[in-house]
Amino acid sequence: MGVSCELGFLNMAAPLSVEVEFGGGAELLFDGVKKHQVTLPGQEEPWDIRNLLVWIKKNLLKERPELFIQGDSVRPGILVLINDADWELLGELDYQLQDQDSILFISTLHGG
Amino acid sequence: MCEVGEDYRESAPGGPPLTRPGREQKCVKCKEGPPVVVIRAGDAFCRDCFKVFYVHKFRAMLGKNRLIFPGEKVLLAWSGGPSSSSMVWQVLEGLSRDSAKRLRFVPGVIYVDEGAACGRSPEDRARTLVEVEQVLQRVGFPSHVIALEEVFGLPPSVLRCFAQEPESVGTEGAYKAAVDSFLQQQCVLGAAGEEPWSQPRPQGPQSLAGPPTAVQTEALSRLFDSVKTLTAKEELLQTLRTHLILHVARTHGYSKVMAGDSCTRLAVKLMTSLALGRGAFLAWDTGFSDERHGDVVVVRPMREHTLKEVAFYNRLFAVPSVFTPAVDTKAPEKASIHRLMEAFLLRLQAQFPSTVSTVYRTSEKLVKAPRDGCAASPPGPRCLLCLCTLDVDSADSATAFGAQTSSHLCQMQAPGPQAEAGTPTTLCCCPGLGGAQGCCSSPPWTPCRLTSWPRPSSAARGPGASRRSKRICWGTAMMRRCPVGAEVRALGPHPTRNRQARTGRQGQAGCLWLSTCINKNVLIRKLYSTHGAGRAGPLAVCGAGQRRAPQGRLAGAAVLRQAGGAAASLPTAQ
Repeated sequence: MGVSCELGFLNMAAPLSVEVEFGGGAELLFDGVKKHQVTLPGQEEPWDIRNLLVWIKKNLLKERPELFIQGDSVRPGILVLINDADWELLGELDYQLQDQDSILFISTLHGG
Repeated sequence: MCEVGEDYRESAPGGPPLTRPGREQKCVKCKEGPPVVVIRAGDAFCRDCFKVFYVHKFRAMLGKNRLIFPGEKVLLAWSGGPSSSSMVWQVLEGLSRDSAKRLRFVPGVIYVDEGAACGRSPEDRARTLVEVEQVLQRVGFPSHVIALEEVFGLPPSVLRCFAQEPESVGTEGAYKAAVDSFLQQQCVLGAAGEEPWSQPRPQGPQSLAGPPTAVQTEALSRLFDSVKTLTAKEELLQTLRTHLILHVARTHGYSKVMAGDSCTRLAVKLMTSLALGRGAFLAWDTGFSDERHGDVVVVRPMREHTLKEVAFYNRLFAVPSVFTPAVDTKAPEKASIHRLMEAFLLRLQAQFPSTVSTVYRTSEKLVKAPRDGCAASPPGPRCLLCLCTLDVDSADSATAFGAQTSSHLCQMQAPGPQAEAGTPTTLCCCPGLGGAQGCCSSPPWTPCRLTSWPRPSSAARGPGASRRSKRICWGTAMMRRCPVGAEVRALGPHPTRNRQARTGRQGQAGCLWLSTCINKNVLIRKLYSTHGAGRAGPLAVCGAGQRRAPQGRLAGAAVLRQAGGAAASLPTAQ
């Protein structure tokens, strides 16, 4: 068990299944779809929010990426909740995703 | 695959311990529960403590101001957005039997369908209305669902100034009297055991009239299409919405209107208002209570809640809300002054977490001081549209923008066939059309007739039109003068992004000014020294202390002038 655990960690992070949700008008940039059940492919470095944002930009975001992502983070005014808790409590961009996590992005900007 | 996933999860806590610093943390209030939300830097609250904190803030805001009397009819302005939804929910919970200190007023909800202004299709609007109905049914208050088109049906009396000012003296006594009489009534009615607002529950929502006709929808969308800048559109929409809500409040006997502006929104509004030349009315536009309408008072009980708190509360406690696209949905950051200011503040907030609260506290300190020497005299003329005391009056306008604005109008008058056809104006509903056509002719009152400036031709016709021109406040006049897109385009790169750009070039001066004004003390001083000195305007906003206040509109003018780089568009240019 210990060996497999180490091997798994060293070689490749396993694919993760996470729920990504958008609210407060942010969903408009994603074809109006609020909930996305996604599977993140296995990769060498572990999945964190920073990687997830890049992945979202590439795979989910349909238009105007600048309205959702600025720099390597979300646009100021968009809140991030990880399993219904403030991401500030969990290390923000450095939070390492776990399987079955739910990540929620809520826009508090006027007009979404 | 399943196994690997499990292995990974087991290895995580041992591997990177740094990724979860917050999990060991406890709630700052109860020291027990796991924290879920960070409110101020370092203050993490657990779910239950957050709820207590949130509800208390709402109650305290109503309690300390003592403006809403027991038994009074209060109209909740609900847009479907997070803050107003949260407000309606707070009222609902506050009125329920088991709440500790029960609220005792009689609520109603109004929803204004602004679809036509945003160019939404009838199907989209119908779909939204279904959602709205569902939420309203859950809430169970008497409700009024009104389409924005109905502004065309408003009687002219909405623009009349309701002269009687609510008595500020003796409020305390009046409140006590109201409480006493309410308690007596309760004793009489006590046996009935009915909620006061559940008795007259009508079947379905009430409306001033039926659904809007296609003609009205078209007229409204034409009005909004004719508005060239997004900034002016947002201002126009807000003005029309306010008139409509106030009208409904009056016709149904509500004496208070609750608006759901949050702290974040008010901070943005404060900065926006400054830039729009509405500095003189900041205390009305952003304060807890807004008595400018006389008989109906607008209150803002959500003004202590930040949007982050609101969003978390709504999520954690499943407060239903309805998302509706607004005029600025999907607009780029620099599309309007409102958007720019929002982005500016939120970006600063991301770096300096007390930005919003600092700006907001500034708004709290503004007082509605009467003009020097005018305290005892009857209130002066008001702006036709925003109903604020006019800041472009004729009395001492020799030194003020008022004179320049009105004289500029005269200078603008270029007689000729073009003038006869009506100059394309930002706020008029029918640019390029003859004055007698289009929605301008629709009776009895159309907003566009007021939002349009006297045309050269009409000004030449008689004194009435120029009198009307003098009845629009400076900020509203500014809106009209904004050239297409010039307002934001030339503001240049965001100051927090591009330090280099802060210096030198004129285009950035607006941003420079804004960024240096964030600190509230600097805000007052800076405004005064840079833009106010030597230009004593007729109306001033007083700061908390002795300090004479900023000439907000002057400063706003400077921003716009520098921002536009198009000085020709401003009254002072000539």
